[in-house]
Amino acid sequence: MIRSRARIFLAVVLPVAFLLAGAAHAQLSIEITGAGAQRIPIAIVPFAGEGALVQGSAVAISAIVRADLERSGLFRALEVPSLSPPLTEASSVNYAEWRSRLADALVLGSVAARPDGRFEVRFKLFDAVKAQDLSGVAYTLSREQQRTTAHRIADFIYEKLTGEKGVFSTRIAYVVKRGSKFELQIADADGAGEETALASFEPIISPSWSPDGRRLAYVSFEAKKPVVYVHSLADGKRQVAANFKGSNSAPAWSPDGTRLAVSLSRDGGSQIYLVNPDGSNVRRISQSDGIDTEPVFSPDGRSLYFTSDRGGSPQIYRMPANGGEAQRVTFDGSYNVSPRISPDGKVLAYIARNGGKFQVAALDLATRQVQILTDSDKDESPSFAPNGRMILLATVNAGRGVLSAVSADGRIKQRLTISAGDVREPAWGPFVR
Amino acid sequence: MHTGRIACLGLVLSAMLAACSGGPVSEQSPAGVEDRQPGAQSGAQAQPVKPGGVARVDLTAKPATKSPLTDPGSILSRRSIYYDLDAYDVKSQYKDLVAAHAKYLRDNPKSKMLIQGNTDERGSREYNVSLGQRRSESVKKMLQLLGVKEEQIESVSLGEEKPKAEGHDEPAWSQNRRSDILYQGEY
Repeated sequence: MIRSRARIFLAVVLPVAFLLAGAAHAQLSIEITGAGAQRIPIAIVPFAGEGALVQGSAVAISAIVRADLERSGLFRALEVPSLSPPLTEASSVNYAEWRSRLADALVLGSVAARPDGRFEVRFKLFDAVKAQDLSGVAYTLSREQQRTTAHRIADFIYEKLTGEKGVFSTRIAYVVKRGSKFELQIADADGAGEETALASFEPIISPSWSPDGRRLAYVSFEAKKPVVYVHSLADGKRQVAANFKGSNSAPAWSPDGTRLAVSLSRDGGSQIYLVNPDGSNVRRISQSDGIDTEPVFSPDGRSLYFTSDRGGSPQIYRMPANGGEAQRVTFDGSYNVSPRISPDGKVLAYIARNGGKFQVAALDLATRQVQILTDSDKDESPSFAPNGRMILLATVNAGRGVLSAVSADGRIKQRLTISAGDVREPAWGPFVR
Repeated sequence: MHTGRIACLGLVLSAMLAACSGGPVSEQSPAGVEDRQPGAQSGAQAQPVKPGGVARVDLTAKPATKSPLTDPGSILSRRSIYYDLDAYDVKSQYKDLVAAHAKYLRDNPKSKMLIQGNTDERGSREYNVSLGQRRSESVKKMLQLLGVKEEQIESVSLGEEKPKAEGHDEPAWSQNRRSDILYQGEY
């Protein structure tokens, strides 16, 4: 929206200036934000007084905002010299000067202590090219909420400048193995602020977020066999969703949160069933002699994508969410597993084996084009960000399990460093309110 | 003290008499239960009282009744079946092992078995759960063909999650493509 308004304004009112500025500084990359193709140059000035909010070795709020935006691969943060007196959101902006520093966008802010011991953070976003105030927000927060607030500010800036929702406030789940101990952890999307939801001496796999972000379904081997649990994050209460004779595995939530698709072997072989999160109303929906597992709902809830070896090798199939005839979706190669569908339903990400390498592939469901997105060789468990921009995955680096992320077009790659241990089984949580 | 010791002796003797009077020991103590309380009951061994002599209670001796399930000399103590890559059929070299466990389950209809299928680390964790399940079910099916009742057996999968060998090469992987047999009390 912002971009199109900017385009019209510049094209109609200042066509010559537009062209000149574009040629000289590439300042108009705001308008053509192809993922990573051109990064928006943004100046994030340290917020006046933000030191008051920092405790110990924590990072200042403007630095967290800056790191978030840079990590997205869509922004390039400019070095900002320390200014005296410090600029705040209330300062008058010399747009020409910021343009001369090659900034397309500018963020100014301040932090003030309140009498009640809390703090107030105010910031404003400016379009340096259009010389326009793009508005801002004021937040009241405790010191502990610094990171959360920074992520919200980054989301605000991201959405204003790219037109799509930011995911900096979302959370991820993953499993860490340290020695003989397994921990299911929840962290911010940048890997910070991790909390342990479940610690166990037996493996935990396949965490899956409920659409409201309050519960996780997962598989735990604490009963010496795979059992599907639903775990409420706020109070730690756990419910058995599937514990039938045999193996119970691969939970995936329906988009409305009322059902789980799971893979059960209670009738022999791994087959797909639907079950309510409390374990009631179990019904079988796949019928094959082979393995059917790893179900995942399409965003409209009408279809299920899943892995099956009914054709002789593991491939991805699609069938109606209440059962019915399945259609094969992947054809290249002899091992295509772990389907995940993008939030807009247009791209299928999965793990493909190519000459002994396991890599993340993306299939455009309309054009049937397949793109291998990663250059690692032990990729597992892909997971889309809720805005569809990035895919989180587990891989192995120097013999250690790590998380990494790749943009859906393969251009941007990140490695998430999470302290210590072997990290695996990531799942990107939904947007939070 | 004194009366306690006599009472204790009496208990041991009557236990011995009960054992002599017949009935399979395994019906009383199925699958590996002995291991859970070492020395508590079956670990105590009494010897007959000689006329005028003293009954010797020896807690240091090994249990008189060894379970065939854990006796290293018994085929029943062998619990693992290994597989070729991408395979889940029970190889002919394991047929005797499975047949022996089938006989044990038939002879001890109250005993219960858990079969855990395992895979090597390569590929999807969830798909490996299904592959491990296929391995454990192939053992279960064979046992059923040999006359074991379905309700005595549960076949499950641990996928790639509980590797016996931690390496990342074929020698380790071949150790991890495996089904393990456990009896009630062992899991």
